[in-house]
Amino acid sequence: MQSSSFTLVFYAFAALTLAAAGVVVFARNILYSAFSLLAALFGVAALYAMLGADFLAAAQLVIYVGGILVLILFGVLLTQRGTHLHLRVTTRQALPAIAAAALVAAVLLVAMVQRAPWPAPTPRPYTPTTAALGEALLGKYLLPFEVVSIALLAALVGAVYLTRAPEHDR
Amino acid sequence: MIGLAHFLTVSALLFAMGVLAILLKRNAIGVLMGIELILNAAGINFVAFSHFLGGLEGQVITLFIIILAAAEAAVALAIVFSIYHNFQTINVDQVDRLKG
Repeated sequence: MQSSSFTLVFYAFAALTLAAAGVVVFARNILYSAFSLLAALFGVAALYAMLGADFLAAAQLVIYVGGILVLILFGVLLTQRGTHLHLRVTTRQALPAIAAAALVAAVLLVAMVQRAPWPAPTPRPYTPTTAALGEALLGKYLLPFEVVSIALLAALVGAVYLTRAPEHDR
Repeated sequence: MIGLAHFLTVSALLFAMGVLAILLKRNAIGVLMGIELILNAAGINFVAFSHFLGGLEGQVITLFIIILAAAEAAVALAIVFSIYHNFQTINVDQVDRLKG
């Protein structure tokens, strides 16, 4: 079912995702972090596509890359002091942080290896999932779907309220 | 042969990167980026299990994760702007006053 090109493409996108995430973490300039996050999110979208989730890959590109990332870029540029761009990001207590993150990775990987062997993957054909997803959202998952839409509305109203300038400033 | 374990490995490493970004960054927006990395790592896991074990549940849950991540980013950035308005900085270790 899987050709060697599938393996090659997987490693390429996995490397892109992890390398970009590494730049997000270690870049000294917050703008570089933001643009590198774009590459990481794009890599995740590619991994979704390789897993047969075509609608999710598109949603990831539209919502994350097109929406959230633009929001983050606005945030980066609007929160710099005065006219000179103060984009340096300083870090603190790097060694304990790296040790803690390495511990998290180790725990996750060890837990994964201990559960091995994983059930043999069932060969699944790559079929469009959009129609099935839509039916699931309006059928079995109707209640979570409505709750999420209300949560989204509340979050957006809250965001508008929070960014509004205080009364005495106007 | 790329199996479930490959995707889980990528996801675990991405999760650790996100944790590292949250711990390491002093800039609040950097912390936010770490949260996005963690949410994406969780999404990869859900979609991978959904693909290899069958069923569509994982994809539906990942869709909800993406939607809630959008809501989270909007509220978190609003809070960051508010903090910037009050403190003129968004370094999380300098924002240490409860009542200004």
